Amino acid sequence: MDREWFRMTAHELADAFRNGDTTAEAVAEEHLARIEKIDPQVQAYVDVWQESALDAARDADARIRAGTATPLTGVPMSLKDLLCSTEGTTTCCSHILDGYRSPYDATVVERLREAGAVVLGKVNMDEFAMGSSTENSARQTTRNPWNLKCVPGGSSGGSAASVAADEAVYSLGSDTGGSIRQPASCCGCVGMKPTYGRVSRYGLVAFASSLDQIGPFTKDVRDCALVLNAICGHDKRDTTSANLAVPDFTQALTGDVSGLRIGLPKEYYTDALGGDVRDRVETAIDILKDRGATPVEVSLPHTEYAVAVYYIICTAEASANLARFDGVRYGQRAANVKDVRELYHQTKSAGFGLEVQRRIMLGTYVLSSGYYDAYYLKAQKARSLIAQDFTKAFEHCDVIVTPTTPTPAFRIGEKIDDPLQMYLSDLFTISTNLAALPAISVPCGLTTEQLPAGLQVIGRPFDETAVLRTAYAYEQHRGFDWGRPPLG
Amino acid sequence: MAQITLDDVDYVAGLAQLTLDEATKERLVGELGSILAYMDKLNALDTTGVEPMMHALDMTNVYREDEVIESLDREAALMNAPKTDGAYFLVPRILEGD
Repeated sequence: MDREWFRMTAHELADAFRNGDTTAEAVAEEHLARIEKIDPQVQAYVDVWQESALDAARDADARIRAGTATPLTGVPMSLKDLLCSTEGTTTCCSHILDGYRSPYDATVVERLREAGAVVLGKVNMDEFAMGSSTENSARQTTRNPWNLKCVPGGSSGGSAASVAADEAVYSLGSDTGGSIRQPASCCGCVGMKPTYGRVSRYGLVAFASSLDQIGPFTKDVRDCALVLNAICGHDKRDTTSANLAVPDFTQALTGDVSGLRIGLPKEYYTDALGGDVRDRVETAIDILKDRGATPVEVSLPHTEYAVAVYYIICTAEASANLARFDGVRYGQRAANVKDVRELYHQTKSAGFGLEVQRRIMLGTYVLSSGYYDAYYLKAQKARSLIAQDFTKAFEHCDVIVTPTTPTPAFRIGEKIDDPLQMYLSDLFTISTNLAALPAISVPCGLTTEQLPAGLQVIGRPFDETAVLRTAYAYEQHRGFDWGRPPLG
Repeated sequence: MAQITLDDVDYVAGLAQLTLDEATKERLVGELGSILAYMDKLNALDTTGVEPMMHALDMTNVYREDEVIESLDREAALMNAPKTDGAYFLVPRILEGD
């Protein structure tokens, strides 16, 4: 009886490779067949690298035979379409980068290649990572594998959907205000944003440079630790990358949380948080308590300002970062223009989608003369207060545990015409980006509508270990077998 | 404060180098207005004496040795250029006259 290798985690595959139960080539072929069969429904992939994936798999098999394999050697994965790769295209799912081929690999891509990863291709996202549903992609609408009428979350919706639908063992995405954790929660996979500075952003197309961080989507917490081991660490090509030693994150996977203090911010557990999500999260907290953790009520008093602060800072940074797409050095260029000014205007207006233009406008406005102090400077001050809230809270606890999102995945089309409602769906994830903290989302059950809910664990700066320790202990003891989306 | 007019949208679009059609401008008047009205809740927050958080991490200047290191070669740098003569990026005329 053949096993379905595409259902396996990276650590299960590593064991299977080592034992000679299967080969990287066979597993890559299985994944490519799975993509061909399932992706017309899910629409996670924007570019599949059939040939180079099989080449990489054969190289991995040689390494496995030679005994020089890493835990990720031969394991198939997907990349969000804003991570630069010399293979294929890198378009940020924007028309302005149609056909763009990066002349270099992002540091994370380089590190994964060195580890022997098999990259299956690029996956869908909200254009330039701006969105919470992946509906802002210029390419296609990705579906939630648990319910094809629902969004996969965003902006890394293709990453989350590809892992949840077993079209990749793991994926790399980016998280500026929740763009890893929110889709992971919506699609029922593990997603982690490491501390700002932990992973090099070299080769990550910038959205909001003081908030962006690359991180993994995986099928379980052990795989999350393994991917972090491969991608974290100082990189002199990213001056904001932290020059700190990186621990072996698998050491955090003890299953033991005795003595751990878990902070529960009262501003998150308000009456507004109701229904199944609250219930699943409270059950998860009880499980951690049963294993010896101590819940502590903490306060993050500036929470109510986080969404406003976030959308001022991220749009301001985006308006500066996206100014480079002017049709001069790369990307699409408007035809039939009479001068350079018209070249810039026509190129940007034709190349950027609605949400991107909206955010460029907002960011330009909050940075403009006369409004800078009232919006941008004010937001930076409020950001200090939000970060200080966490510092104070962590005097009383080791990790903070919250829902990842207040509600499960919403329907396609439900929020697309109301940008403010869409922004508010990031309520529980954005503060950790503002405060530059590490945070994970781990599945904590299905709601009555059979949609996944996510438990978020937030740690102190550079204390990914405590985050993984908590998430792993919960995952080991949550007492239900995590199901599979109802796909073929 | 967050009373956005058509003139504001025109002005900001000019700064952002965007050319918007009338329907989009009308829509943005409403959308930006309601988003900025939401952001105005920050007015209620007292930030007297609070230092702005300008960087995510508490880092000082990052220097490296002043050494020549490898960079993209010309061919790679120009490979995505919409228009090039093989040595430079070409753009439409910038200055008036011959």
